[in-house]
Amino acid sequence: MLWATLAEAPEGPGGGPALKTYLLKRIGLAVLTAVLLSIIIFLAGQVLPGNPGRAVLGHTASQAAVAAFNRKLGLDRPLAVQYWSWLTGLLHGNLGISYQYQAPVSQFLWPAALKSLKLAAVAFVIVVPLSILGGVIAALNRGRAVDRIISTTGLSLSTLPEFVSGIVLIVVFAIELKVLPSTANPPQGAGLLTQLHYLILPAFPLVFVLFGYIARMTRAGTVEALESDYVRTATLKGLSRRTVIFRHTLRNSLLPTITVIATQTGYLIGGLVVTETLFNYPGLGRLIFSAAQFKDFPMLEAGILVIGVVYLVATLVADVIATLLNPRVRLQGAD
Amino acid sequence: MTLAASITSEAGRREDEVLRVRDLDVAYRVRGVDRLTLRGVDFEIGPHESFGLVGESGCGKSTTVQAITRYLPRNGRVVRGSIEIGGQDLMGMRPEALRQLRARTVSVVYQEPGRALNPSIRVGRQVAEVFEVSGVGRGEALERAEQALRTVQIADPGRVLGAYPHQLSGGMLQRVVIAMAIAVEPSLLVLDEPTTALDATVEAEVLELISGLREQFSTAVLFISHNLAVIAKMCDRVGVMYAGEIVETGPARAVFEAPHHPYTVGLLRCVPRRGQRKDHARLDTIPGFLPSPGEVPTGCIFAARCTLADDRCRSESPAMELIGETRTARCFKSAEAPNLPRAEPEEMALRSAPPSPEPVMRLEHVSKTYHVRGTAVRALVDVGLELFPGETLGVVGESGCGKTTLARVMLGLTAPDTGSVVELGGRAVPPVATSRSREDLRLLQIVFQNPDSALNRRHSVRHIVSRTLSKLAGLSGAALEDRLLEIVRSVRMEPRHLPMRPVQLSGGLKQRVAIARAFAGEPAVLVCDEPTSALDVSVQAAILNLLVDLQSRERVSYVFISHDLGVVRYLSDRIVVLYLGRVMEYGPAESVFAGPHHPYTEALLSAVPTLDGTGRERIRLAGDIPSPANPPSGCVFHTRCPRRLADGTCDTVEPPLREVQPGKVLRCHLPLEQLGRLEEAPVSA
Repeated sequence: MLWATLAEAPEGPGGGPALKTYLLKRIGLAVLTAVLLSIIIFLAGQVLPGNPGRAVLGHTASQAAVAAFNRKLGLDRPLAVQYWSWLTGLLHGNLGISYQYQAPVSQFLWPAALKSLKLAAVAFVIVVPLSILGGVIAALNRGRAVDRIISTTGLSLSTLPEFVSGIVLIVVFAIELKVLPSTANPPQGAGLLTQLHYLILPAFPLVFVLFGYIARMTRAGTVEALESDYVRTATLKGLSRRTVIFRHTLRNSLLPTITVIATQTGYLIGGLVVTETLFNYPGLGRLIFSAAQFKDFPMLEAGILVIGVVYLVATLVADVIATLLNPRVRLQGAD
Repeated sequence: MTLAASITSEAGRREDEVLRVRDLDVAYRVRGVDRLTLRGVDFEIGPHESFGLVGESGCGKSTTVQAITRYLPRNGRVVRGSIEIGGQDLMGMRPEALRQLRARTVSVVYQEPGRALNPSIRVGRQVAEVFEVSGVGRGEALERAEQALRTVQIADPGRVLGAYPHQLSGGMLQRVVIAMAIAVEPSLLVLDEPTTALDATVEAEVLELISGLREQFSTAVLFISHNLAVIAKMCDRVGVMYAGEIVETGPARAVFEAPHHPYTVGLLRCVPRRGQRKDHARLDTIPGFLPSPGEVPTGCIFAARCTLADDRCRSESPAMELIGETRTARCFKSAEAPNLPRAEPEEMALRSAPPSPEPVMRLEHVSKTYHVRGTAVRALVDVGLELFPGETLGVVGESGCGKTTLARVMLGLTAPDTGSVVELGGRAVPPVATSRSREDLRLLQIVFQNPDSALNRRHSVRHIVSRTLSKLAGLSGAALEDRLLEIVRSVRMEPRHLPMRPVQLSGGLKQRVAIARAFAGEPAVLVCDEPTSALDVSVQAAILNLLVDLQSRERVSYVFISHDLGVVRYLSDRIVVLYLGRVMEYGPAESVFAGPHHPYTEALLSAVPTLDGTGRERIRLAGDIPSPANPPSGCVFHTRCPRRLADGTCDTVEPPLREVQPGKVLRCHLPLEQLGRLEEAPVSA
């Protein structure tokens, strides 16, 4: 009872200082998480079995050569020192030297990340409108055949592993119908449209995975809003069904969906290993995969860190959007 | 069944009814089976008339409203019958015509104003929509919205229009919803429990507003409530519903004064009124349970619970019968109904306990300050109370007054500020329950408002009660089993209930389990936090009887928290009135009710509608309850006090608690002679 009073009592600090404090707190939290993440990644690299010098130089190299190699890369220093130099390096844009290629990690990392970003963006642009539409249609027809078809399809698709759906897609669209290329790599110097053309098929396994999830969230939020008292009020006011749905229902029901979508961008960047391998696409996923195979720790660490940071930013953006869209939170500065 | 059709507030048929419901059957489809929820509902409302539907939960009131607005849930449908609004058949209406009807002819106000408005759209836009629907431009619609808010006596419409719903109080929101409802001057206004979620003083304000608007706009009203007194106050005619049927209709005053249906009689007897107290008589109850939804018994629907029922009642379904000029009842024995035999013996086994000078619980200088984002919120301020063995202390006040915080502090669920003293049996106990001894825990138990969330749904009744018996009473084996059965019987449950889980029990039975659990450790003090608020009146009566029986037998003391003053009066020996965490008045129950009153107590008492409808002059309180984070200076009540001193003393100086009669203290600057008295004639025992 008291909490209800308190929640109502302060007439909202007007969106000013309280909101700012909240946002600062939230960003601070994200930075802290990033630091923790970097420590975990660094330590994980240390406890992983295998000696980098031995891994790179091979079985035949002498113990002295391995030691020299390790010394050259600073691997014989205390952990804290190694972490610190790694971290300060990162902050200066120096991601370290790849063991595998004996060249700066950044040379490989950024182009790969850019490629992954393109693929993710294509998948995102396809899946978001599609799944929201699907969720809303299912909600409006809840309990009917349309709802069941959308929900079941979504659920089945999201349980389908990417390597299965990817192969099926390649067989059907690239090999049988020959409407789309089977690889994700456009010829050198291809224009943007051609690049897109090549990315459509690889994007679909990702769309499949996300569609069911986002559509389900949209459906749940929309059903809840449709059955709320305020939608009843709006309907009984005599508003048209269109106004009731667009102005009164979706505004509230899409709020949780937006958060879900923003969080999923993290997955889109990070979950590409299978798809990229399948479509032979040199993105971040493949880079990390090969780095793991070769015990190329600097590359591996940098790659995972990038994905982690993308996740963090995505959730941060999700929270901020949710805050800004919800007047209740916006005007009270959220706890 | 169309008999009721021929009866209106004046005799004879009228053709210009605003609403005509004929022989309406509504069914809900649950797991492929149609469950009949309304049967043969038949009534009409004339122009300017206000018609009330009253009944307990599950009687079909809300389904009736949903049918009338054609807003039945997706699994509900009208099976039979017709609904006409202003002569138009509602069932056959096409979507556009229905939309026009909703926009211009029928408006609805619901129970929860906080949920009835869209949380993410400003209030102004939502009110303006009502005008936009009928073709008014955006700008003008906003101006008319402001006008509409003035009509419902909102003093600063500008601020309200720009606010989001969560920034406004419940009373304010309900005004906004009412403003939207009457803005288009509908010919039918449907009010579905419009004040149930509001505090007493706010409820009184809203009811007054509705009455005023009715006179101004002469709209026909359908008023739904479970509260008989509210219906008596607001309605010309009333229909009493039971299990999906209307069992009695007639002029409201006449029905409540001389009911013709046994259900109405029973319902009226369940409510403590006219100052009835526990030492006068037990409350009567309605035995048995509502038939489960969809179950249609042969014979009269009420026969299973009726103490007058005979073989005919159980085999043959009575038709609606005309009684006199204006009344109907669906009963073969309507003539005998006033003499309905009691279901409960009248006499109380009240053992008058010798007064004990030693309080069983004592609170001294108890304060509780919450810190919320750097602001100190004083939920309790210097509260001192004493509770004697075998007595009931009633705690009253509106939401936010500190009732629940007080209960939590007593129980050690919330630690009070340092300097606060809670004594149990003459010893100071630690402030938090986790550091109290098992004996202290045993002595002080609680019954919560909502037994659904208070009982672990995974545990059986046996587990719930025996756990307390083993932990607090230290029993085991055969002794535990014996005591378990004894306790379960003492709350009028049976051994067959023992293996059941809470979901299998009705609300009343669940609350009995909660009471059994509380009594298992033989407590000295039982804190009851709104124990009957979630229950229907017939169930409430049984629980109140039970509490009184147990008290007289076990000599346990109750701290009884409730917003229902009738119930508090029935049960309490002494009463404390809280406002913004301060004790405003504290004394023997009868003297608190008789006066002279603290102005706040006076306003609270006068806000309660009475069943006999004799409208007492209501004391108007200005504005909303102030925020405890920013209490007014001087006397915290001065911002709303109608008796505030003109010299400004009340605005600046906080009055001390002073003893005005033996055992009764008041926190007010006014001399005793200037305080009000709302003396009611006490009922003769």
